[in-house]
Amino acid sequence: MRYSGLRVIKEALTGHKGWTPQWRNPEAKKHYDVIIIGGGGHGLATAYYLAKVHGVTNVAVLEKGYIGGGNVGRNTTIIRSNYLLDGNEPFYELSLKLWENLEQDFNYNAMVSQRGILNLFHTDAQRDAARRRGNAMILNGSDAELLDQDGVRAMYPFMDFENARFPIKGGLLHRRGGTVRHDAVAWGYARGADMRGVDIIQNCEVTGFKIEDGKCLGVETTKGFIGANKVASCVAGSSSRVMEKAGMRLPIESHVLQAFVSEGLKPLIDGVITFGAGHFYVSQSDKGGLVFGGDLDMYNTYAQRGNLPVVEDVIESGMALIPSLGRVRLLRGWGGVMDMSMDGSPFIDKTHIDGLYFNGGWCYGGFKATPASGWCYAHLLATGNSHEVATEYRLDRFKRGYAIDEKGVGPQPNLH
Amino acid sequence: MIINHPILGPRDAQEFTYLGDASLIERPDPQAENADETFHDYVYLRDNPAGEHQELWYHEQGDRSWLVVTRNTLTHEITDVQLARDAARARGRSK
Repeated sequence: MRYSGLRVIKEALTGHKGWTPQWRNPEAKKHYDVIIIGGGGHGLATAYYLAKVHGVTNVAVLEKGYIGGGNVGRNTTIIRSNYLLDGNEPFYELSLKLWENLEQDFNYNAMVSQRGILNLFHTDAQRDAARRRGNAMILNGSDAELLDQDGVRAMYPFMDFENARFPIKGGLLHRRGGTVRHDAVAWGYARGADMRGVDIIQNCEVTGFKIEDGKCLGVETTKGFIGANKVASCVAGSSSRVMEKAGMRLPIESHVLQAFVSEGLKPLIDGVITFGAGHFYVSQSDKGGLVFGGDLDMYNTYAQRGNLPVVEDVIESGMALIPSLGRVRLLRGWGGVMDMSMDGSPFIDKTHIDGLYFNGGWCYGGFKATPASGWCYAHLLATGNSHEVATEYRLDRFKRGYAIDEKGVGPQPNLH
Repeated sequence: MIINHPILGPRDAQEFTYLGDASLIERPDPQAENADETFHDYVYLRDNPAGEHQELWYHEQGDRSWLVVTRNTLTHEITDVQLARDAARARGRSK
């Protein structure tokens, strides 16, 4: 069924009796051309682009829980293309371009809103870094504007510009960045993939791989063995747990990142603001809640919940930036588990096992990457070669000395 | 989280900074033939288990000792805390 304004009117006039489920709930077949492990945003996007762009439709997406129940429903919904390094920025720029056309492409309202992202700076050194980053972005086809204090003040007059420790000197504005309704991204990709013949198998946990003579022949699941020509892991947050079943150790640690939402408020923040002197970023949802987050809890964990010291740290940073937040009541806080990689950058690659592919290590930047991750992973699965913007995302890059370390902090996953 | 320091008793985890997997104690031999291989694995690869995990914590705002904490990464329950010095000696790392 194609969605349109006309369709909404027609259904409204006929008692909404014509709507059908957005995807099937099929039984798993014995064998597929491609099995994608993980029905999150990236896995569903991969299935969608495999079917739509490459015509590979004999595909199953295996999901342990229900689709959209993992990190694609837990992030703070921000999209952006504001990276510094050549290994990253072309990839994220492709992603943003796919976001810009996504709703027309998959015929689904994902509420893509390019409301602008403002990265604040508070010192001369940070201004220099922002200028350099902005130039790198522009060189890669993205957009950036350097604002001075007056420029920022005109946008968000309520911030604490003369804070004694962290005065706001200006900001780097990325106008094409913004927010997206994250659940709708999972649903839109799921519907688009399902319409083209992809089987989405929910409540189906992968318990092992069948590997013979260095070739992956399929996966053992809670619903029995399913064979495949190609098996594609796409389970960021749990990558180490899944790939361990194939005997692999990864350059990844799992960490929890917390996020928060306040009670609904009248319109206050029409874009996304990030604090430059502490870990805090904030936007306002269309329902009015302030959506914000901060730093990792810093220790390895698979628990989808964080601890109180980080809550305090996030709120302190928020108060340093926007003192009026002190009157806002917190509605909810939650945590999601991240693949934190050794250089803060992801992987989209084949493994040393024939027919087994790996996508993961997204750190806390996975949501914005969803379309390009699916696009490039589908390209790799269909053609056997890395997509031109994902050539640096190789598993052996540390061995070769080609880490993509945006922050330059070295192999310490919780600092990226 | 409360970390039961072997010398100082129960301390709030906020007083500590976290480094990572206690396998970092097992620094490979830089003179070995395959040192580039073993150092790659040592520096970049992790078991990253879901469950019991031995890890290094540094008591930065306390006595500046390094600890090996055994903690469950699913429940955050801490079952064992040792001085890293003792743990390293037990692994034959130091005199």
